Amino acid sequence: MAKVLMKGNEAVGAAAIKAGCRYFFGYPITPSSEIPEYMAKAMPEVGGVFLQAESEIAAINMVYGAGGAGARVMTASSSPGISLKQEGITYCAGAEVPCVIVNMMRGGPGLGSIQPGQADYYQSTRGGGNGDYRTLCYAPASIQEIVDYVMLAFDKADYYRNPVLVIADGMIGQMMEAVEFKDREKIELPPKDWATTGTGGKRKPNKVNSLYLQAEQLEIHNKRLQQKYKEMEENEVLYEAYGLEDAEVVCVAYGTTSRIVKSAMKLAEEKGIKTGIIRPITVWPFPYDVFKEIGPKAKGILAVEMSGGQIVDDVKIGIEGRLPVYFNGTTGGMVPTPGSILASIEKIAGGTK
Amino acid sequence: MYDRRLVIITGHYGSGKTEFAVNYAIKLKEQFDNVIIVDMDIVNPYFRSREKRDLFNKEGIKVVDSNIKNVNVDLPALPAEISGAILNKNAKTILDVGGDPVGARVLSRYAEDIKSIEYDMFFVINGNRPQTNTCDKAIKYLRAIETASGLKVTGLINNTHVLKDTSVEDVERGHELTKKVSWETDIPIRYESALEKVVLNINNKEILEKIFPINLYMREDWMS
Repeated sequence: MAKVLMKGNEAVGAAAIKAGCRYFFGYPITPSSEIPEYMAKAMPEVGGVFLQAESEIAAINMVYGAGGAGARVMTASSSPGISLKQEGITYCAGAEVPCVIVNMMRGGPGLGSIQPGQADYYQSTRGGGNGDYRTLCYAPASIQEIVDYVMLAFDKADYYRNPVLVIADGMIGQMMEAVEFKDREKIELPPKDWATTGTGGKRKPNKVNSLYLQAEQLEIHNKRLQQKYKEMEENEVLYEAYGLEDAEVVCVAYGTTSRIVKSAMKLAEEKGIKTGIIRPITVWPFPYDVFKEIGPKAKGILAVEMSGGQIVDDVKIGIEGRLPVYFNGTTGGMVPTPGSILASIEKIAGGTK
Repeated sequence: MYDRRLVIITGHYGSGKTEFAVNYAIKLKEQFDNVIIVDMDIVNPYFRSREKRDLFNKEGIKVVDSNIKNVNVDLPALPAEISGAILNKNAKTILDVGGDPVGARVLSRYAEDIKSIEYDMFFVINGNRPQTNTCDKAIKYLRAIETASGLKVTGLINNTHVLKDTSVEDVERGHELTKKVSWETDIPIRYESALEKVVLNINNKEILEKIFPINLYMREDWMS
């Protein structure tokens, strides 16, 4: 298929439908409103259901219902809307309901701003809901990656019977780029024999539930969940990395900021400073192991994020105290400039803080 | 540039309206003293012409936008000076309208004033956008925008591109599409816009007659 020009939010919708999603429940919020807008138009054309819920909370619980019945289902929102969905997400995780949740992040906390942000990193990687649960979380950096990872997210959700998050900042939601819908490798998926699709009088009713009143039984359930999360940590880590062996400064960034970092790295190269980059594509599980590939010339790690520095914790876990970790960030909806990142790189390369 | 004094730029969202409007304003300023660009996009809070206020100030182009002085808010507020800009006989005025029929609806508020003067309303077509990549689909958007605004499209702009990767073939394919739209609607093609580096390689005379070379003012360096 030829390349077409799409806005990030439209690409989310188009990719979901291409991946077989036929149910979308959501509530519009800037900067992700074009996702429900796209779905409202496109879902009826493929015989699917678009429903604008009365609230974010209603939408995620509709997702729980549709996912529990075995359907491929998605919801999407932006930061404050995703906060409202947290209860539903932990219920989905507890009841093992596969679903895809897209967060086009904006400036926070609270209502914040409508401009791009990445300050939902803790919420996305640590979980904003209660209990011991984890969600696989993709952080695409281009519209093409939106397409690729939204489609993959549906397969992974079904494979693990788990909610999967796709987080991008508002800039990626609003930005336009050329995309291609490539044919994908088919993943062998288990049958959804657990789904509540009606017994037909032939079997006992299936139950999709996160309530276990017996502590012993809940612990058995939780141990199984933990085992599943461990499997994700072993098999699902994705990242892009280069220049690590002889870098003086290694940058860590994802999404939009990783692209600005790459611009800054080119500027640094012109000044004779060698740099490398680690770009997590999954922010959970985080690519801790790749930090071992950083060579002996490195003087420090520079984390860049549109936040107060949330990713720094994971960078510190990855580097295991071997190098100092610095941070350059913007908040509130401001976008970092290549010039400011270059200044940080120069400082670290010069050995001063 | 023989367009009428008031030029309204409409199109499907993502067609490249704002980029065209910004380039058009800068070009117009080379020939006329008093140029006003009105940012009427109250739909989308990203990539609006008001973000380029500094550039316009440097060029001596007056910008009119929401009277809430913040590039980032999404409150649909329109200042009274828009009417002045529309009716000012001494100024060349460009209205950069929000995308789609929903963006064009704001024009109906000014339709009576606009109809009382000479105006051009351009419809920007990007043949690489899935929503406007066939003649039928493009005409559907064009007619819906006319209905929402209460105004008539007077010219078509072929702005078929894939951003920095645009090739001559893109422009040519868009030209064929726009020609079909023109044939079906009896609305003439006014401009064929393309990146300056692409323009150098275009040989098609029909395209070159109406060529409008553009710069990408709205894209940051790190964007593709």
